[in-house]
Amino acid sequence: MSLEPQRTDTPRQHDWIRPILVLYAHPSPDRSEVNRHLAEAAGRTPGVTLLDLYGEYPDYGIDVDREQARLLEHEVIIFLHPLYWYSTPAILKEWQDLVLEHGFAYGTEGTALHGKLFFSALTAGGPELAYRAEGFHHFSIRELLNPLEQTAHLCGMVYLPPFALFSARTALEEGRLDRHIQEWSDLLKALRDDRLDISRAQKLPKLNGELANLIRKE
Amino acid sequence: MDGMLFQLFVYLCAAVIAVPIAKRLGLGSVLGYLIAGIVIGPALGLVGSETSEIQHFAELGVVMMLFLIGLELDPSTLWAMRTRLLGMGGLQVTLSAALIALAALTLGADWRLALAVGLIFSLSSTAIVMQTLTEKGLTSTQGGRSSFSVLLFQDIALVPLLAVLPLLASPELMLIDAEALVHAPEATDADTLVHAAELSLVAGLPGWAHGLVVLGAIASVLLGGHFLSRPLLRFVAESRLREIFTAAVLLLVVAIALLMTLVDLSPALGTFIAGVILANSEFRHELESDIEPFKGLLLGLFFITVGAGIDFEILFGDFTTVLGLTIGVIFLKGCILFGLARLFRLKTTDRWLFTLGLAQAGEFGFVLLNFSLSNSVIAAADAKLLSLVVALSMLLTPALFVIYDRLIQPHRSGVEPTDADEIDEQGPVIIAGIGRFGQIVNRLLIASGIRTVVLDHEAAQIETQHRFGIKSFFGDATRPDLLRAAGIEEAQLLIVAIDDRDRAVQLVEYVKRRYPSVKVLARAFDVNHLYLLRKAGADVALREVFDASLRLGAEALKQLGMHPFKVEKMARAFRRHDEAGLDQLYELWDEHPDVAKNRALLARAREHRETLAALMETDRLQLHDRTERGWTPPPKGAQE
Repeated sequence: MSLEPQRTDTPRQHDWIRPILVLYAHPSPDRSEVNRHLAEAAGRTPGVTLLDLYGEYPDYGIDVDREQARLLEHEVIIFLHPLYWYSTPAILKEWQDLVLEHGFAYGTEGTALHGKLFFSALTAGGPELAYRAEGFHHFSIRELLNPLEQTAHLCGMVYLPPFALFSARTALEEGRLDRHIQEWSDLLKALRDDRLDISRAQKLPKLNGELANLIRKE
Repeated sequence: MDGMLFQLFVYLCAAVIAVPIAKRLGLGSVLGYLIAGIVIGPALGLVGSETSEIQHFAELGVVMMLFLIGLELDPSTLWAMRTRLLGMGGLQVTLSAALIALAALTLGADWRLALAVGLIFSLSSTAIVMQTLTEKGLTSTQGGRSSFSVLLFQDIALVPLLAVLPLLASPELMLIDAEALVHAPEATDADTLVHAAELSLVAGLPGWAHGLVVLGAIASVLLGGHFLSRPLLRFVAESRLREIFTAAVLLLVVAIALLMTLVDLSPALGTFIAGVILANSEFRHELESDIEPFKGLLLGLFFITVGAGIDFEILFGDFTTVLGLTIGVIFLKGCILFGLARLFRLKTTDRWLFTLGLAQAGEFGFVLLNFSLSNSVIAAADAKLLSLVVALSMLLTPALFVIYDRLIQPHRSGVEPTDADEIDEQGPVIIAGIGRFGQIVNRLLIASGIRTVVLDHEAAQIETQHRFGIKSFFGDATRPDLLRAAGIEEAQLLIVAIDDRDRAVQLVEYVKRRYPSVKVLARAFDVNHLYLLRKAGADVALREVFDASLRLGAEALKQLGMHPFKVEKMARAFRRHDEAGLDQLYELWDEHPDVAKNRALLARAREHRETLAALMETDRLQLHDRTERGWTPPPKGAQE
């Protein structure tokens, strides 16, 4: 059914080179066909902390102190969500509005997030071809996520392009899901162990697709 | 005009000086008024013969007091008192009359005179006793209630007494009076309250006609009070002129008093009946708060005239006789009262309250003495002497209450109602009732920096609140004067969280009518109560357990493994559905809910339950129409 909400007292992740925080946001997880499995996979990966935001804060009452403390414990911050209106579900916006405080995430004193990696792992209903200048959606997915990219820059974080699954509504039927989950899993482990070519990844339109070239072997 | 202003000045001055001092000394306001009267009357001679006229006028205070007492007693309460009223009251009057008459016989009085005196002295002073009991907050004690029953019986007994007394006329006196009448027709200064006006509807009528007229008068008070007064008051209230409403209320009281006087009945009894009839009306609070100041002032005036009327010449001329008779009367009445208190099993402290409180003779004594005088029952000199005894016994009553206060009251066990706190704080939010419900409301408001005034009628609750440093006041929030004292006129909000569901509805209704600008938020016990509150005008009414139940249900769903956000959505949908149903059913609901007979309501309720069940059952596919709008993925295969 649902994911167990992560314990408040997150297990210490310092043993890993890059402990990862996955902020998962899906308002109807039991209807999810992709994100739920991605979240479960993340939850099973050592060194990854999974936080189901809707599960933790069903009334949107986000505990700012707790979430800031959680950010400090991790080196990679990932939003995991379906793409809603070219953006995140509402609670992730609320999370940004509340947790990325002045003096913490930005401003002269706000250096807590400097150097951390950030990107969005999303699922989009439309086909990849629709996300370009001449397509139905007129912009590439990376362009559409510009607000997130700039947010990351303002917070001194290293922004990576999205890990995106297109035509997500039919991925299950077309048998594309298992491969996507596998890539997701590989990506998380590579990030955790610092085996991802960050400078190369930064320039790409999306993380998946060329993943094999980005990840160094163990 | 000058003379009247001077009189007014003297009376007010005396009261303003004497009463606060007496109060400060712990003697009570009644003794203060009496002393003020003695000072301006016999002591300084500032007022003279006109006091008896003023006294008749001031008796309206007693009439108003009975009206107010009636307002506090709805017919069912009165019915519940019937044993005490008839048993205690009846025994007290007959036994006291018999014992005093016997004593008078042994002192050598004629049997007729003895019986008349016994009957006259059997009555006690409603004015002093009720005023003092109210002032001391003892009206709701066992002793206070018993005292009230006896006093009420005495008021009723006044009617037959007025009929019986003329039969006791002494033949010799009749002869003398008849002669005096020939020589000086205006000599008999006997315009008592019952004969206040020369007007009478019953004078000279044969017995059966007299009876019919009296019955007609009572019936007109009953029917008029029930059917006419409310539309009249409503009509006047709609003018939104407070003083006209007050005038209408005064008119009501005066009209009834006049009618009763015209048929030789006790005006106090008439207004009492009117009060009882209006006890359940929506105007009760307003009637109370409008009459209250008049009653207080007139009653005060009445006590002053009692003090001023004491004839010091006779008193000092025959001091031992007067004092002896007074103490004798108090003692004999006290014995009867104490015996009755034992018979009716009052507790020790209440027994003493009952005994010491009612032992005096009352203001009706003056009325009856004057009446007896004019009916040749008693000689003028005797009447003067006995008037003095009545006055002196009334004067001694506050002293007896002081004895009760100092010696007996301290032994009172258990929690007793204490005097309402003086409220010195005015806040924008008034919270009525600081039980478990009101406390949480109050804590949230205080935490948000809102100033609140908290009222509760349970002293224990108030004490707890004080211990936690929360400013709260003792007093019944349904009392108009207390609400006003708490600042209802400036308040933005009134939060009604009192435990008594009926009073809660009354309070809402009263405040919304009287202070329409105050928003009223009320706690409802159940759906029916919610509807009553809504009908009474509450801006917000919430069922007290609904939220907690819904939350517990939600917790249960979470424990069963449902995703917290889904639970949240379910609970929201449930709440919305339930509230919509409440609104729908409200349209069909009527105030006298023999719910079983309201078919439309039942049918709609069933329908509503069925939609909820359908909603719940078809959940998997259809509930999301309500719970997940906007989060529902587009249909599979739909291309943009």
